[in-house]
Amino acid sequence: MRRTILVAMVLALLLIGCAEEQKEAKPSPTPAEEKLKVAFVYVSPIGDAGWSYAHDLGRKFIEEHYPVETKYSEAVPEGPDAERVIREYAEQGYDIIFTTSFGYMDPTITVAKDFPNTVFMHCSGYKTAKNVGTYFGRMYQARYLSGLVAGSMTKTNKIGYVAAHPIPEVIRGINAFALGVKKVNPDAKVIVVWTGTWYDPAKEKEAAISLLDQGCDVIAQHQDSPGPQQAAEERGVYSIGYNSDMSKFAPNAHLTAPIWNWSVIYSYVVENVMAGTWKSEEIWWGIDKGVVDLAPFNKVVPEDVRKIVEQEKEKYLKGEVPEQYPFVGPIIDQNGNVVKAEGEAMTDEELLSMNFFVDNVVGEIPQK
Amino acid sequence: MIEVEFLASLIAASMRAGTPLLFATLGEIITERSGVLNLGLEGIMIMGAMTGFYVSLVTGNPWLGILIGGLAGLLLAIIHAFFTVTLKVDQAVTGLMLVLLGLGLTGFLGKDFVGTVAEYITPMEIPYLSDIPYLGTALFSHDPFVYLGIALVPVIWFIMNKTRYGMELFAVGENPEAADTMGIPVDRVRFIAVLIGGFLVGVAGAYLSLAYAKVWTEGLTAGRGWICLALVIFSGWTPHRAIFGAYLFGGLDVLSFKLQALGLGVSYHFMRMVPYVFTILVLLVGVIREKEKFGAPSALGKPYIREQKY
Repeated sequence: MRRTILVAMVLALLLIGCAEEQKEAKPSPTPAEEKLKVAFVYVSPIGDAGWSYAHDLGRKFIEEHYPVETKYSEAVPEGPDAERVIREYAEQGYDIIFTTSFGYMDPTITVAKDFPNTVFMHCSGYKTAKNVGTYFGRMYQARYLSGLVAGSMTKTNKIGYVAAHPIPEVIRGINAFALGVKKVNPDAKVIVVWTGTWYDPAKEKEAAISLLDQGCDVIAQHQDSPGPQQAAEERGVYSIGYNSDMSKFAPNAHLTAPIWNWSVIYSYVVENVMAGTWKSEEIWWGIDKGVVDLAPFNKVVPEDVRKIVEQEKEKYLKGEVPEQYPFVGPIIDQNGNVVKAEGEAMTDEELLSMNFFVDNVVGEIPQK
Repeated sequence: MIEVEFLASLIAASMRAGTPLLFATLGEIITERSGVLNLGLEGIMIMGAMTGFYVSLVTGNPWLGILIGGLAGLLLAIIHAFFTVTLKVDQAVTGLMLVLLGLGLTGFLGKDFVGTVAEYITPMEIPYLSDIPYLGTALFSHDPFVYLGIALVPVIWFIMNKTRYGMELFAVGENPEAADTMGIPVDRVRFIAVLIGGFLVGVAGAYLSLAYAKVWTEGLTAGRGWICLALVIFSGWTPHRAIFGAYLFGGLDVLSFKLQALGLGVSYHFMRMVPYVFTILVLLVGVIREKEKFGAPSALGKPYIREQKY
């Protein structure tokens, strides 16, 4: 009996020794072999052609072009659920975690404190930490360009704008769009309807119909669903999409759309992490970096309108205008007050806290 | 003139937004009239929405989509009926289980066709009537299901009040013990009522994805199933009041957009609250008027077990 136990112990020790030997003998993986683990947390479904869909295109891009392994969670509500999902990714050893909605800001910061070696990138927020950076795009630039198209295509001089929530990002987009409209058509008005939703196809479509009933013949949106596009298609008028090319929902109506190209930022972050040069920063890039752009034009958009848009886009690409353009004076608000004098540009701080409408916008910013 | 135009636009929107609510409310009225409470409307409706959309996507036939959407609702209703009528399980618990089942299952099964484009049911112009100024826009430029919903109201009223099955429905909902004594098969009447209700709720969901929103996405019903439960109380369990309630709620839901589009300074926060404040008031009125025999079937929510003191 004792001999059996002894033999068993010797065999066990030999096995442990071999196992450790093997562990030590295994060469440490080279950067090329070891895949970077990257996680994404989305606030809505990815099939919706909206906000999360655009982010997911970026995820797919880095998966195709870099030695990374990606995973995502979609339709994660902002709140306690988000913190749980982010924490799970961190615990699973993900190297980079992209949290893609404003409401994920506090959960991201909270989880980041417990995982100092994980890189967290939060989209559209303003809180950073040693291992937390933020990123966003200057979507107002693309919205301005889409306003040039809308202003050129309207016949009634009434352009409808279906808007989600009265926050600076949305207000900034409405104003940039309206300034684009004004540049090509000073007589046109932009009529705003607030829905109070980011993604409710039925409500957003109904809001667009309300604008169409008031004689609007172009519909723009800061919404994630294609509802407003469908409303325009059914009524035989024009529309401007958002987030990604929404033309499949409205092949005749959809003129173009301000779109996101998150792959630019995702590639930049991945490259920096791989090179060991990543540091926390606040990224806010625009057309010149390719983060925002316009979707392809509908064939009904005339050549002269395309030329105007291209000329304005070139100004960004060549650095002929400041990043804040079109928010360069004269800028007049709805009440006739001069917000910025001729040639004076708004600062990023002013853009990030914008809470007024320019003079060719019809509608109110709801106050708390 | 702008007032008439505004009114026409609001009526049209109320009818559009109210139609899915009407179908589901009528379905639940039939179910509750038999004494069975079905809290699972949200789950049944979204199952109808997803199934209907998928069928239309695959076959290119939205009418078939509506039919199969109704059958999907009926399938979930069979589950509810089996548990509550046959097995006498708590009706509220079973209904809530259906909500979770419907939302979870559609989120999982419908994931792959979010963002796809199916064939939809389109509005139809009624010759001559559609051309009447204002009135044409308001009443005669809708899709066929709006008119089917309106037609269903007198049909259901007739079935409930003038047919043998209708009388049996009332009997088992008010006093199943007495009905049983008279030879009415309580369980069978209730089972059929739950199935009819489930079918109509499924149709409401399919209408939502194929005629109203014209899109499929997770959570498309956005609480409409719960609203319909309140509308059943508002209607006093009668079909003719249901149409008024459904259109009223539909109108309240879109009123904010209409007022904003006119350029009127309305409180956006307040207007978002209005439909839900209305729902709470409806429930409150239901509670207050309970003593005045507001219309709720006496045996509502209580399983019938023969020989058991009621």
